[in-house]
Amino acid sequence: MSFLEYNVKTVPSGVSKILYLNWALVLLLSSVACIGFLMLYSVAGGSLEPWADPQMKRFAVGLVLMLSVAMVPIWFWRNMAGVAYLVSVLLLVLVELFGATGMGAQRWIDLGFMRLQPSELMKVTLVMMLAAYYDWLDIGKVSRPLWVLIPLLLIGLPTWLTLTQPDLGTAILLVTGGGIVMFLAGVSWWYFGVVIAGGVGLVSAVFASRGTPWQLLKDYQFRRIDTFLDPSSDPLGAGYHITQAKIALGSGGWNGRGFMQGTQSRLNFLPEKHTDFIFTTLAEEFGFLGAASLLALYALIVFFCIASALQNRDRFGSLVTLGVGATFFLFFAVNMAMVMGLAPVVGVPLPLVSYGGSAMLVLMVAFGLVQSAHVHRPRGR
Amino acid sequence: MKRSPGDTARSMGLITRRSAVLGALQLGLCGTLGWRMRQMQVDQADEFRLLAEENRINMRLVAPPRGLIFDRNGIPLAENAQNYRIVIVKEEAGDVDAAIERLRQLIYLDDDELDRARREIERRSPFVPVTLTDQRSWEDVAAVSVNAPALPGISPDVGLTRNYPLAEDHAHIVGYVGPVSDYDLGKLDDDDPLLQIPKFQIGKTGVEQKHDRALRGKAGARRIEVNAAGRVMRELGRDDGVPGADIQLTVESRLQNFAEARLSLEQSASAVVMDVRNGDLLAVGNAPTFDPNKFVRGISSADYTDLTANPYRPLANKAVQGAYPPGSTFKMMVTMAALDAGLIGPNDTVYCPGHYKLGDRRFHCWKRGGHGWVDLDESLQQSCDVYYYEMAMRVGVDKIAEMARRFGIGEKFDLPMSAITPGIMPDKAWKRERYDQEWRVGDSLNASIGQGYVLASPLQLAVMTARLASGTRIVPRLVKSVGGVEQDAQGTEPLGLNENHLRLVRKGMYSVCNTNRGTGFGSRIVAEGVRMAGKSGTSQVRNITVAERARGVTSNADLPWERRDHALFVAFAPFDAPRYAVSVVVEHGGGGSSVSAPIARDLLLFALYGEVPPLDAYPGGQQGAIRDMLSNLRLRDDFRPGEVRSRA
Repeated sequence: MSFLEYNVKTVPSGVSKILYLNWALVLLLSSVACIGFLMLYSVAGGSLEPWADPQMKRFAVGLVLMLSVAMVPIWFWRNMAGVAYLVSVLLLVLVELFGATGMGAQRWIDLGFMRLQPSELMKVTLVMMLAAYYDWLDIGKVSRPLWVLIPLLLIGLPTWLTLTQPDLGTAILLVTGGGIVMFLAGVSWWYFGVVIAGGVGLVSAVFASRGTPWQLLKDYQFRRIDTFLDPSSDPLGAGYHITQAKIALGSGGWNGRGFMQGTQSRLNFLPEKHTDFIFTTLAEEFGFLGAASLLALYALIVFFCIASALQNRDRFGSLVTLGVGATFFLFFAVNMAMVMGLAPVVGVPLPLVSYGGSAMLVLMVAFGLVQSAHVHRPRGR
Repeated sequence: MKRSPGDTARSMGLITRRSAVLGALQLGLCGTLGWRMRQMQVDQADEFRLLAEENRINMRLVAPPRGLIFDRNGIPLAENAQNYRIVIVKEEAGDVDAAIERLRQLIYLDDDELDRARREIERRSPFVPVTLTDQRSWEDVAAVSVNAPALPGISPDVGLTRNYPLAEDHAHIVGYVGPVSDYDLGKLDDDDPLLQIPKFQIGKTGVEQKHDRALRGKAGARRIEVNAAGRVMRELGRDDGVPGADIQLTVESRLQNFAEARLSLEQSASAVVMDVRNGDLLAVGNAPTFDPNKFVRGISSADYTDLTANPYRPLANKAVQGAYPPGSTFKMMVTMAALDAGLIGPNDTVYCPGHYKLGDRRFHCWKRGGHGWVDLDESLQQSCDVYYYEMAMRVGVDKIAEMARRFGIGEKFDLPMSAITPGIMPDKAWKRERYDQEWRVGDSLNASIGQGYVLASPLQLAVMTARLASGTRIVPRLVKSVGGVEQDAQGTEPLGLNENHLRLVRKGMYSVCNTNRGTGFGSRIVAEGVRMAGKSGTSQVRNITVAERARGVTSNADLPWERRDHALFVAFAPFDAPRYAVSVVVEHGGGGSSVSAPIARDLLLFALYGEVPPLDAYPGGQQGAIRDMLSNLRLRDDFRPGEVRSRA
C-alpha cells in the first residue's frame, strides 16, 4: 500500500519542470566538481591527463543523468526502490563471484563504457529502499521490534557483502547511512542508545583485553590501531601515509602554497593523491581558506538537502532527500577526518572531487532523486 | 490511497525534529573538522611547513678547496689534484652487492677497497654517498657514466685530493693530510660540519695540521629538492663556502731541496738554515725523509713498517724534535755569561794541562796533551774544555742558564711543526725539582761544555747562532703569510747585551773557521765577503768508562753506530754582515768539525749564492772532492742550474 499525497495537477509537468529544479543545489554541486577538476589538473602536474579530462566528461554525463532522474516523478522511483535494491544486492553477489580486483579491495563490473562498483550503487539504493520501507510502514509501528528487525536485515545484507570484499569504508557508510534513515524515520531513541552503549562497551572490552589471554583482536590489528592513534610510532610503515598527509595539510597555512605549488603532492610524498587524499593537496595549495571554503560548500549542499526535505510533505521524498544528504555528509566528513588524522584510514573518497567514475555517477543519480523529490513535492492543499 | 492528514503531520513533525537533531550533529562535526583544519593549518602551520621543507630539501655539504701551501718564492709545496672516484648511495642502489657486481663487470675493483667500502656503507645512513673506489682513471669514470642507467645508485664523482709535488723535500715541514678518523673527531673538539664528510682530508702533521682550520676553509652547502623516492629534482641554492686560505712559508724550496740532498749523504742528520735579520726559516732539513703522498693515498702497512722500523727514524722531524747535548757549541753561552758577569776579560788566560781537577775527580780536555795558556779567542778557536770548566767554576750554572735562555736554549718556539721539543737548560732549581737532588759542581763543569743535563734542538742552536750574529732577540718563523696576510717578524729588538762582548764571541767563532789552528779551518770559506764564523761540537752519548779509557777504546770508529758521538756545527755568514745562521747535527756522526762543518758550509754557501755554490768559494785543495760531491747530489732537475760551474 502506498500513500499518494500528490495532487498531480499541482505538480509541474513537461519541460517546465526544469524551472522547478533546486538550482542552488545544482550550482553548489557544479562548483564542488569544478574544484575537483582543478585539483586533478594540479596533481597531474598541470595536465588534463590522466585525471581531469575523464572526470569532466563523467561529470557532464552525471549532470545529464541527474536531470533525467529529476524529470521522472518521484513516485516512480519509490516504486522502483525494491527492484533497485535487489539488483544492487545481486550485483554485489556477482562481483563477489566474478568481479575484478583493483587497489586490493574495490571490486567492479566492467560495463564497457565504465567500471561499475556495485558497492557505490548500494549506498544510494539502500537509502531508497529504507525510505520506501518507512513510507509504506504505518508510522505507529516504526519502533516495534519486528518492524525494526526488517530494516536491520536490509542494511545487514549488503554490509556483510561489502565487508567480505573487504571494503571497510563502504561498510561503515552503509551502516551509518542506513542507521541515519532509521533515525529520521522515527525509530525510538532507545534502540540507538543501546547500540551506541553496546559499541562503546565492545571497544572498551577490546582494549581491556589487550595482553590478556582472552585478547579479542590479533596483535597486528592492535598495531594498526596504535598507528592510527600515533602515526609517528611507525613513520615509514603504515603511519607514513597519514603523516605525509598531515604534513601536506598543515604546511598549507592560511593561504596555501599556491596553485600547483604544493611540494608534498608534486614530489609524490602524498599517497593516493588523486583519490582518497586529494583533500590534502587542496589544503596544501589553497591553505585554510581553500579547505574551509570547500567544507562550507559541502555543508551548504547538506543544508539545502535538509531544507528541501523539510518543505516536503511526502514521506518518501523527504526521507530520500535527507538520506542522500546524510550519506553525502558521511562521505566528506569521514574523508576529511581521515586525512586530518581524526579517523583511521578507510577507503572513502572525497565526494565529487576524488577521481573515480562510479562514485561520481552514483552521487549524481542520488542528487537526481533529491531533485525529483524537490520538483514533484506536493504543493498546495 | 492517501495517507491521512494526521499521519502526514505526525510524519513531518517527526522528520523535522529528527532532522534538527541530525543537522545539529552534522553542524557539530563540520565545526570539529573546521576547528581541526584551523589547528593544523593556522596554529601548527610553521611546524608542518618545516616538516614539509625537511621532507623535500636535503642539504649536501660542499667541501671547499683546501688552501695551497707555497714556498717563499711562490713555488707550490702542497696543491690539490683532481681525484676521480666512484660513489654509491645505498638507498638508491637497493641491493648493494648486486650493484657492486654489475660495476665489477665494467671496471676493476680492489677487494680490500671494497671491504672497506662495505663497512662504511653499513655504518652510514642509506642516503649518504660512500666512496667505493677512488684514484680512478678518466676511462673508468667514462665507463661508469655511459652505463649509468644500468647502475642505479652508482655514480662517478670528482673530488680534490692533496698532492705534494716536491714529495720528500718538505715532508717534515708541510706534513701531510689524511682522512679524518674517529680519534681525530674525539680529539679535535671541532663542530665543523666538514669533518662529517666521509674521508674528509685533514692535516695530520706539520703545517697541514697546525694551520688546518685556515687551510680547510668553510663548508659550503647545496640545497637540493628531492622527491619521495629520494631523487634529486633540482638544486635550490648553492653556497660554495669559503676556500681555504693559502699559506706561504718562509722556506726556500731550492735551498730545502739542496739541504735534504746534502744531509742524505749522512745516515741520520738534521739542519736548520735561518735568516738572522728576521728569523725566517729557509730550510729545515732532515735525513732520511719520506714521501708524504703515500700517506694521503693511504699508506700500505708494509711501507709504514719500513718507516717505523728504520733506526734512522725517517718520520721524525729531528731538526725541531731532536734534543741533543749541544757539546762545544754551547761554549759561546758560557763565554757570554762570564763576560757579562765581568769575571773574565778577553786577554785573561787559563792554563790547560789537559784536564781539570775537582777534588779527586779529573775532568778531561778533549786534547789529552792540553792547550797550555789559553785566552778567550783561543778557547773558542781550539774549543779548550779546561777553559770552560774554569769559567763554570767562576760564573756558576744559574748565570750560564740565564744567559743561554736569552739565546733561546730551553725555549719552546711556537712554530707550526709537530712535537717541538723545548730541550733542557738546567739550573740548580731545575735539578731540585726534577731529581730532588742538590746541584753539584761537577754538573756545572759538564754543563759548561754542553754535556750532562743540557739538551738543545738544532732549531734552538740555529736561533742561538742567529741571536749571536745579529745581537737581536730574533724569533724563528715558518709562516710568511696566511691568506695573503703577512705575518710580522718578531724579536727584532736588541738582546740588551754589551755589543763588545758579542763582538768578542763572533771574533772567536771567526777564528774557529779562519785560523789554521781553528777546529773548523778545514771547512772555511775562501770567497771574500762571505767568510763563515762557526763553532764545532762533538757530544758524547755515553760515558767513557775507566776500563775503556785504559783499553784505549775512545775512537768512534770502534763503536756501534748508536753509541758514537753526535757531530754538531753552528755557523753564520757573512762574518762582516751576518745574513744566514745554520746549525747541523749529524746523529752519531763522529766529530763536529770533520762531519758537520762541511755541511754547514755547503748550506750557507747555497743560501748566500742562491744556487749550487761556485767551487772557488772552497779552499783550493778541496775543490776536486767538493765538485764530485756536489755533482752527485740528488737534486731536483728543475732546481739544478745546469752544472756545477767554477766562477771565472
